[in-house]
Amino acid sequence: MYQLTGVTRDYQKGRHTVHALNGVDLVIEDGDWLAIQGPTGHGKSTLLQILGALDRPTSGTVQFDGMDLARLRESQLTQVRAASIGFIFQSFNLIPTLSAQENVETALVPLGVTSAERQDRAHRALADVGLAERARHLPSELSGGQQQRVAIARALVKQPTVLLADEPTGNLDEGTRDEIMTLLEQLWDQLRLTLVIVSHDSIVAARAQRTGLMENGRLTVEASPTSPFPEEGTQHNVFPQTH
Amino acid sequence: MFFTYLRRELRRRMRQAIFIALGLALGIGLVITVIAASSGVSSSQGTVLHSLYGVGTDINVTQTPTAGSGGPTRFGFGGGNSGSKPQSGTSFSRSVLTSGGLGTLQSSAVTTVSGLKNVSAAAGALTLTDLKLSGTINAGGSGTGQGGAASAPGGRSSIKSSSFSVTGVDLANGSLGPLSSGKITSGQNFGSSDSTSNVAVVDANYAKAQNLKTGSTFQVAGKKFTVIGIVSVAQGSTSADVYIPLARAQALASMTNEVNTIYVSAASAADISAVSSEISGALPKATVTTSSDLASEVTGSLSSASSLANNLGKWLAVAVLVAAFGLASLLTVSAVSRRVREFGTLKALGWRNRRILSQIMGEALAIGLIGGAAGVALGVAGAALVQALAPPLTATTATSAAAGPGGAGGPGGGAGFARAAQSATHTVSVHLTAPVTLGAILLAVVLALAGGLVAGSFGGWRAVRLRPAAALARVV
Repeated sequence: MYQLTGVTRDYQKGRHTVHALNGVDLVIEDGDWLAIQGPTGHGKSTLLQILGALDRPTSGTVQFDGMDLARLRESQLTQVRAASIGFIFQSFNLIPTLSAQENVETALVPLGVTSAERQDRAHRALADVGLAERARHLPSELSGGQQQRVAIARALVKQPTVLLADEPTGNLDEGTRDEIMTLLEQLWDQLRLTLVIVSHDSIVAARAQRTGLMENGRLTVEASPTSPFPEEGTQHNVFPQTH
Repeated sequence: MFFTYLRRELRRRMRQAIFIALGLALGIGLVITVIAASSGVSSSQGTVLHSLYGVGTDINVTQTPTAGSGGPTRFGFGGGNSGSKPQSGTSFSRSVLTSGGLGTLQSSAVTTVSGLKNVSAAAGALTLTDLKLSGTINAGGSGTGQGGAASAPGGRSSIKSSSFSVTGVDLANGSLGPLSSGKITSGQNFGSSDSTSNVAVVDANYAKAQNLKTGSTFQVAGKKFTVIGIVSVAQGSTSADVYIPLARAQALASMTNEVNTIYVSAASAADISAVSSEISGALPKATVTTSSDLASEVTGSLSSASSLANNLGKWLAVAVLVAAFGLASLLTVSAVSRRVREFGTLKALGWRNRRILSQIMGEALAIGLIGGAAGVALGVAGAALVQALAPPLTATTATSAAAGPGGAGGPGGGAGFARAAQSATHTVSVHLTAPVTLGAILLAVVLALAGGLVAGSFGGWRAVRLRPAAALARVV
């Protein structure tokens, strides 16, 4: 479970300070599916990086499974990323020189599992996303949708509790987008993951339990009108915006 | 995963990897070639010094001739009345041993030197020239001797001259001195009982020219000597034509208890400079020359090759190596910069900085080792090329017994004849070898690893500094 309180993130850009996050309060329960929308440059990705232990807030607390990510050492953040958090990126971010199977295995390297177990688990993860037959192919030999499936397998092979996706369908056509979203929905449901997706695409956002809107570094969260888990009212922000 | 990732990455960056490896190879190859050439030059210098001054000699002691010494050698005519006016038609043939203006030391100096601390052995030698004049005096009969003149211009006399060099060898210390670098090719060397005998060991080249063999007899200063051995001394050495026992040389030249060179061997190489100072103290008027002094006196193409290998070659190799290291580092940093997204992703997956660093270092070291292997091959080829193409080198050195001012060639009178001082320089021709030693190859491996480490460190530093969020911000 995530509990963000008064999170700010400032960047220095030349002589100016950019307030990427401007006091974000947010609670994400285990198993939640939250979609975050908003204009470019308003802090969506910054929030996702803080949730993913890739960055620290300038102020505020980020409670995750009883730890404050804002105060952990770099090595501890690395450990959290390795064990608990899966990432999916818009550009897939596969290692171009490694095969699909080897790309999936890279997620298990920090966990110190044996080579045989690594190969076995990677193979099963690829089978789960329907790419067992393409295990030996290089990313350049796969379509965009297939590459994103490999990325999903890589994110999930270590059995994380949280899956963070940044524009996961941004580089895909509509048909492939629906295919990937259906797959993510299935996996979220089967694995009881906490899923946070940043997307411009309102169709993607509409499939989430809850949607948040980032504007000028502030977050407003509400239940998605088409969510399978509709809630009463429109304000679902546990910690109402006070800024 | 480490090796798979490393191999695939190197394959992807093959052109760049080859470029970096070739740069390192060029630097390392040059270092090996220069080391080999330098070692060859040192070896050639050693050969030259050994042939010129004898194996095992650390220090040479000579005496600077005093001004005016070494005046004309006089030949007597007419019933032994030297300088008397000969009658027309007189035939003559005279042979004398002369020191040719070389400074002399008392034999007691040898004992003094051998008694000094840290001196393991000392041997005296007397270098002389056997001059022979023969001919007929036609008329007038007087001439003015000129240094080195082959005929007396004062009359129309027909005079022939010939000479050969004779060295008196200290038989008590045969392992040191002028014969030490020689190899007896026929007959035998002197024995301790030969010190008062008229026996000689003849240089192989001179023996061939004079058709002398073991058992042959010939004349030294008019005395009959028997050849007991033929000696071959390394390449064009300054060796004498004929070696005879020191005592005989002293007697024939009327130079009893005199020598003109003392060969000294120090107890160890570290003692040479101390021994040199001690000798200077004990024999203040003597010229003390150490082997390193002798090396610095060597001139000619060998000396040029030496300075080429030690100066230009060394700095060229260092410059190329530094350039190769710099190039490898720049290209590695550039490659890391192009892989920012990749490393950001790996950090997002939970890869520790140490793991990413070792991956980059591994790639750089692999390129370094490939460069090192190619460098060794280039170096061996370069050394072989130097050996094959290098022209024969010559070394010219001043003899330590050069004549001093006024030492020779003074005006003579009557039928006098003066010979110039012994040749002031000697030239030795040597073939340059360029041996590639195991040490040089080990150095190449170390350099290759160092090149890889330097390049990898820069690249790794760049990757480790990278914040994962910043790396991913470029793509999200």
